[in-house]
Amino acid sequence: MTVKELAEKLNLTIYCGESGLNKEIAGGYTSDLLSDVMGNCNAGNVWVTLQTHKNIMAIASLKELAAIVLVKGFKPEPETIEKSNEDEMPILGTDLQTFEITGKIYELIHS
Amino acid sequence: MNTFRADLHIHTLLSPCGSLDNTPTTIIERAKEQQLDIIGITDHNCGLQSFLVKELGEKAGIFVMMGMEVTTKEEAHCLAFFEKKSVVNEFSNFIYDRILPIHNDPDKFGYQVVIDKDEDVINEIDKLLISATDLDIDQLEKEVHRRNGLFIPAHVERPRFSLTSQLGFVPPDMNVDGFEISRHTTWSEILAQYPYLKNYSFIQSSDAHYPEDIGKVYAEFTMEAATFDEIRLALKKENGRSVEPHRK
Repeated sequence: MTVKELAEKLNLTIYCGESGLNKEIAGGYTSDLLSDVMGNCNAGNVWVTLQTHKNIMAIASLKELAAIVLVKGFKPEPETIEKSNEDEMPILGTDLQTFEITGKIYELIHS
Repeated sequence: MNTFRADLHIHTLLSPCGSLDNTPTTIIERAKEQQLDIIGITDHNCGLQSFLVKELGEKAGIFVMMGMEVTTKEEAHCLAFFEKKSVVNEFSNFIYDRILPIHNDPDKFGYQVVIDKDEDVINEIDKLLISATDLDIDQLEKEVHRRNGLFIPAHVERPRFSLTSQLGFVPPDMNVDGFEISRHTTWSEILAQYPYLKNYSFIQSSDAHYPEDIGKVYAEFTMEAATFDEIRLALKKENGRSVEPHRK
């Protein structure tokens, strides 16, 4: 499944990084501690978080993630958007909370 | 130039997690014993107990930096210091409005009290002070600097409530006056781990919640005098001034 298909199926907002929407999703990771994500998240994962600081972009690019999903209506900060477009790393969003969106993503990936 | 020993991160009994023994009088006594010239009073998200410590410090010959340890939205702890009591007061109110509306339960978290010279309680803070604010770290930095304060991310190498634990690494373009390292590490360990931070100023402080921890580590300032402005200049390494972390 691509990031674009995930966004369509779960009705996610696409904030930025549109040119990376065709990346394949290999799995997911949910965490708000960036040090934890850096240590444990794998390439091709979608990362579910409430963090919006531009450091999320550095970590997503470094780990070659598929996309970032922001929960509870959080929006990326302007500098985060800029980096997302540069690095072709899509940032998506949902109004759902972390538990719910993680469950839905899990279901889709493993169905 | 002279050298001054400074422990710039001390909690009083106002912090819910701070010992009720950590009264302003005890803190000043302990600072004297530990031969500290400068101390910083940094309760969680509130600077209201620092005024009395400042007053007692003046009599005892200890320069007191008034401030607080603010919790950002990312739950990174950052020290903020201001020169004037009026600014600390205003900033305390500003931060109070920005912390989450969670009521403190003293049985679970501890008391949050401000006391006066006679150790009578003059204020009990209602909202839980260890909660996060809704300010992200960049917003907080701007709010501190807008008030001409000093902004120092706290215990940056720690695995919790630090800039590195919450945000993964120190953003290379951060506008900080310095970084604080905890009593659990040394400056050389930090420089080995984060070589790209070598041009920043570092302080080391105890983060004492109990009297016995005050002064266990300290920052040694080389500067003209113990004043707010000299500390600012030393953090900027101006005209031969400097600061170095020390562990006893």
